[in-house]
Amino acid sequence: MWRNWIPFWHSGASSYGGDVDLLFIGLLTVSLLVTALLFTLLLTFAIRYRATSDADRGHRIKKSWHWEVGWTTATFVAFLGLFVWGATLYLRIFDAPDHTLSIYVVAKQWMWKAQHPGGQREINELHIPVDRTVRLTLASQDVIHSFFVPAFRVKHDVVPGRYQSLWFKAERTGVFQLLCAEFCGTDHSAMTGRIVVMKPDDYTRWLSQQDVDGTLAAQGSALFRELGCSGCHMGTSTVRAPHLDGLYGRPVPLADGRVVVADERYIRDSILQPRAEVAAGYDPVMPSFAGRVDEEGLIKLVAYIKSLANGAEAKP
Amino acid sequence: MSAAEPNYLTADFRLRSWFITTDHKRVALLFFATITLFFFLGGAAATLIRLELLTPRGDLVTSDVYNRLFTMHGVIMVWFFLIPSIPTTFGNFMVPLMIGARDLAFPRLNLTSWYLFLIGGAVTLYALFIGGVDTGWTFYTPFSTMYSNGHVVLAVIGVFITGFSSILTGLNFIVTIHRLRAPGLTWYRLPIFLWSLYATSVILVLATPVLAITLLLVAIERLAGVGIFDPKLGGDPLLFQHLFWFYSHPAVYIMILPGMGVVTELVTCFSRKTLFGYKFVAWASMAIAAVGFFVWGHHMFVSGQSVFAGLVFSFMSFVVAVPSAIKVFNWTATLHKGWVHFDAPMLYALGFIGLFTIGGLTGLFLASLAFDVWVTDTYFVIAHFHYIMVGGMVTAYFGGLHYWWPKITGRLYPEYWARAAAILIFFGFNMTFFPQFILGILGMPRRYHAYDPALQVWNVLSSAGASVLAIAYALPLFYLGWSLFWGRKAGPNPWRATGLEWQTSSPPPKHNFIETPVVRRGPYEYTPDPVPQNA
Repeated sequence: MWRNWIPFWHSGASSYGGDVDLLFIGLLTVSLLVTALLFTLLLTFAIRYRATSDADRGHRIKKSWHWEVGWTTATFVAFLGLFVWGATLYLRIFDAPDHTLSIYVVAKQWMWKAQHPGGQREINELHIPVDRTVRLTLASQDVIHSFFVPAFRVKHDVVPGRYQSLWFKAERTGVFQLLCAEFCGTDHSAMTGRIVVMKPDDYTRWLSQQDVDGTLAAQGSALFRELGCSGCHMGTSTVRAPHLDGLYGRPVPLADGRVVVADERYIRDSILQPRAEVAAGYDPVMPSFAGRVDEEGLIKLVAYIKSLANGAEAKP
Repeated sequence: MSAAEPNYLTADFRLRSWFITTDHKRVALLFFATITLFFFLGGAAATLIRLELLTPRGDLVTSDVYNRLFTMHGVIMVWFFLIPSIPTTFGNFMVPLMIGARDLAFPRLNLTSWYLFLIGGAVTLYALFIGGVDTGWTFYTPFSTMYSNGHVVLAVIGVFITGFSSILTGLNFIVTIHRLRAPGLTWYRLPIFLWSLYATSVILVLATPVLAITLLLVAIERLAGVGIFDPKLGGDPLLFQHLFWFYSHPAVYIMILPGMGVVTELVTCFSRKTLFGYKFVAWASMAIAAVGFFVWGHHMFVSGQSVFAGLVFSFMSFVVAVPSAIKVFNWTATLHKGWVHFDAPMLYALGFIGLFTIGGLTGLFLASLAFDVWVTDTYFVIAHFHYIMVGGMVTAYFGGLHYWWPKITGRLYPEYWARAAAILIFFGFNMTFFPQFILGILGMPRRYHAYDPALQVWNVLSSAGASVLAIAYALPLFYLGWSLFWGRKAGPNPWRATGLEWQTSSPPPKHNFIETPVVRRGPYEYTPDPVPQNA
């Protein structure tokens, strides 16, 4: 790989890391050229036309607008190029591909908690397989944090009150730093962890060695009953509440006429603020569960409801 | 002019006459004394930060103290030094002199501005010393409103009060420049320093109220638990960021535009040449002030704002860099076929152009979306804005200080000491902040009390540079102080400059001019021989 030849910094270890490095080199080259040109002119003029020199000062440039328009246009065109380059890559980084390994991460003062779909949990560590696209759903229990993996050339703020997502594909096995990049209080600089990128076989072995209390969806199912959600949303209940089978990923017509897609955000918000987006045909009778279930619990519930999507396909 | 005419310093010796003065020159000196104090307080906090970062482990102070130190450094340097720096000192002193007026349009409002600044400063300092604030100068929610264990409300009230000082100063400059110009002083005959102060004032008046509202909302949520920014109460944390940066990005231009104005004066005066592209430089300031209001979202590329918003703000950020580039090219072209003198103010001006260029170019790195995702909230950002704020603005401030020192005090400063300090500042600055670009690339986040031991070399280098810088910044305190008593008498116009401020005695008389000057030409007619604007 070309980027391994560059001295002085360890090159990116994710699928788009190399492209970010290339952008960096592009920016660096443009800047060095501009700096070199400008500093050469400054020094040359300053020395050649120092007060004590008798260099020729005749035939000064009088009409200046040719120059002004010239360098303004040149600057603008160069900037436009850099903008397009950076923006194209940004669109790629922030657009998660399909068919990914989905992992949930909850940030709280001052630790990272990861939950794998199989129910494996870890703190301040994240084990992932190499060469496989991983999509993280990030949630914060308290303040804003920022999930930052320098080696992958990526970071994303973890903002409380909403899910953020982030994807990467590690291209090298190894251990990489995970840092919190948004100031979050006393132990901000201690809120660090490790991303362990493993070969697929090692990863499978690691998964199977963890103590697991059922899959994430199964844990969600238990919580679903424990909180009493099942009383209304399942079986033949007296209160009219929509069944959740097959809900995930479908468009939901709302009472106010809008249609939203039942994604992770919709499910989370519906648990915490059930009266904000009421499904059409139902009365707004569901109580809010804010304060009764934390971010980790919410993630389990979301995983459970997601898992109902597939089972529902068979039903008429 | 009679020789017995007292100047503004000797007009009245009573202490009381200073505290109730409405003379813009005396108010400027009141501000000068106050912000100098704040500069060294903020600098002391920076010194402790750099000492702590000498070692990777957090061993000099606790994390809570460290967090209070960088908050103190940021709050003081931004609101109590950089924003007031050039406008309230050289702006206050020079605006009436440069336009041939007896004072600003609202002299009493000007004094009020200083008292508000003093009260706001006292409240903030009180908050910082009775236990401090640990939010960083950005007061991000919901940390600041619900989780911080510091004196957030008191600190934001201090900044809130100080904001009114900014607004009054901005308002005063706008009205003064519109209404009090001497006969013949058309807009295109104004020195560029006034154009840039005018642009600055527009931002001060339009943006500061938004900061005031935002800080009040923070105080209300923290005190009363009203849900505005905390999602647990039904608020939106990103709303705070939008409001905060709507002020705080234009505030960056409040901090740099006056510096660009000073440097323009210095470059033409010390290359003895008309400014290249006067109208382009003048309108570049206005363009920066206008476009600067539409770039705030570039602080939020990884915050979860929409991807589309990211694209728009990135594009606007590249656009706002164009007028800055125009200025740099025009300064460089001004040197061409001039007679360049390397007096201390010119050394500062050249240093400014170099450091501002590096700061500006690394700003393009950060405006570039995908690269920003990598390095935002790391030391790369710290290095970038210190190149603009310290390498740019503080360097210009020192340049202006030396340039106008003879006018303000009537004394010449010792030239060789001043040149030595200018060169030392330049090298100390680069040694402090260039390694921080590398730290950012290597992945060191900002506001880290303890860091990866692999990064120690660059931190040690930066701290070593900071000690050079600290000495260099303290030097002028001594030789300028010395010159007050033993410096040679300056005479009205030691630089043979063309501006109106140089066409009266030094220090100027209480009412600036014995007769109102009549302006007959543009500001920079230096070649072949300098011709004053009123000649």
